[in-house]
Amino acid sequence: MSITLTDVSYTYGIGTPFEKTALRDVNLEIRTGEFVGIIGHTGSGKSTLIQHLNGLLRPTTGTVMVDGVDVAQKSKEVMAMRHKVGMVFQYPEHQLFEETIAKDIAFGPHNLGLSEEVIAERVKEAMEFVGLDYDTFAERSPFRLSGGQMRRVAIAGVIAMHPDYLILDEPSAGLDPRGREEIFSGILKWHKDKGITVILVSHNMDDISRMADRLIVLADSRIILDGPPLDIFETRQDMLRQAGVGVPPVTEVLQYLKGRGLSICDKVRTVDEAVQYVYDGIRGDSHAH
Amino acid sequence: MLTDITLGQYFPGHSFLHKLDPRAKLVATMIFIVAIFFADSFEANVIVGVFVIFSLLLSRLPFKLILKSLKPLWIIIVFTMGIHIFTTPGNIVWECSFFHITDEGLARGGLMTARLVFLIVFSSLLTYTTSPIVLTDGIEHLLNPFRRFGVPAHELAMMMTIALRFIPTLLEETDRIMKAQTARGANFTSGSLIQRGRNMIPLLVPLFVSAFRRADDLATAMEARCYRGGMNRTRMTDLSYTYRDGVAMAGVIIITAVLAWMRWLA
Repeated sequence: MSITLTDVSYTYGIGTPFEKTALRDVNLEIRTGEFVGIIGHTGSGKSTLIQHLNGLLRPTTGTVMVDGVDVAQKSKEVMAMRHKVGMVFQYPEHQLFEETIAKDIAFGPHNLGLSEEVIAERVKEAMEFVGLDYDTFAERSPFRLSGGQMRRVAIAGVIAMHPDYLILDEPSAGLDPRGREEIFSGILKWHKDKGITVILVSHNMDDISRMADRLIVLADSRIILDGPPLDIFETRQDMLRQAGVGVPPVTEVLQYLKGRGLSICDKVRTVDEAVQYVYDGIRGDSHAH
Repeated sequence: MLTDITLGQYFPGHSFLHKLDPRAKLVATMIFIVAIFFADSFEANVIVGVFVIFSLLLSRLPFKLILKSLKPLWIIIVFTMGIHIFTTPGNIVWECSFFHITDEGLARGGLMTARLVFLIVFSSLLTYTTSPIVLTDGIEHLLNPFRRFGVPAHELAMMMTIALRFIPTLLEETDRIMKAQTARGANFTSGSLIQRGRNMIPLLVPLFVSAFRRADDLATAMEARCYRGGMNRTRMTDLSYTYRDGVAMAGVIIITAVLAWMRWLA
């Protein structure tokens, strides 16, 4: 089970003066259970790429297969496939429309044709997932919430569909650190417990290095790097800088220290790890003297 | 899908028509549209047709684009033709129960259709070759003399500019919300009419919400920059006439004079 892209290219506005190719010859396989981070400069084709993963865009050339179903077809299978791939767009709070939060979250499950009891259960579970108390919020209007809370309702609306693949486009943009932490810890837990595949698009290298076990870097409509994030940070900094994304700040600090002669491991995911490495490094150094 | 609408859409270029002053273009278009209605003989329509095709070539727009602008109006065109063909009295050429076609009917039908097509093509040339912002600028200038009679020229132009400015934004937004709801299993393309109407709710509610939010933001942004209508406002680019505008106006006026002469004096 996987999402496979073969020689995918996509061009917007064919035949008009605004013609623009947003993806060129993309080959990619996303396997079940992976946590994939996609990063790239603005306009590098990230959003176009992820919209191919559930058939919202059909490739101009090439094929996209989701669990063996070609997304370019128009059939019931494609509709079913779409339910397997949950998509959280940028600023998802702009898609809320129902009178109450519970109803809005129930929209997706409702379209799946689930029974009322199952829907109610899923709504509860999804609200818990994003850290909104069911009893307090279920009957409130989504339009009376703060921006961060609205975001969480929108994410809950996708989570409640129980997708096998979860695509998130900049889910933390405009959230405070706490809201961000809550959303990401929930997503990580789901990824680990249920084994769902997560595809995270972000500008934030920190988030990606902390969570993803595979990093895809896009530049000028192409995939230029694809591999484990720590390996990429270690060996391909030049290409990352060229692509306009750079390495995460923690890695940068450790690489600087290493460059100044401290024997230290720069393969680091979190700040806590970095602290430990620096501590070990300095102790090792002073022992050597 | 939504971006396929071409009627009244600007198509950038550097042709003679693109470089004309918007005021000249607006006035010339209005005069020529009146002139189209002068043409009631076959010969006159040939002249109009030649001029329309000449302008089309001048604009250097792809021919396909022009056909596309006719597409949404083909029902009206066919309907007009039908009414004229079937209802004009005269020499009967063909008859079937109470339907009858007369030679006058065919002539009038053909004439009316030609007139309609010329009208649509010529007026779409105006919007194809003039960016909406420049066009409203032209309208504002043309309306300026009427300000003393209480016509709020600047306000009207500003409203039009803002409306035009937000059409692509709202289309984009519609597209985005549609995709987001489709990803949540919404279906916008099938079902009965009532069902489809109900399916639009998840699209329309967020769209209205965001339109109001944008309007509010824009008003705040304008106020923050001390916007206060048309009082003594200067502009970034001033419109100016060139020899091209003279040539274009002269051309249109000559054609109009010829058509008027053919109708009333010849």
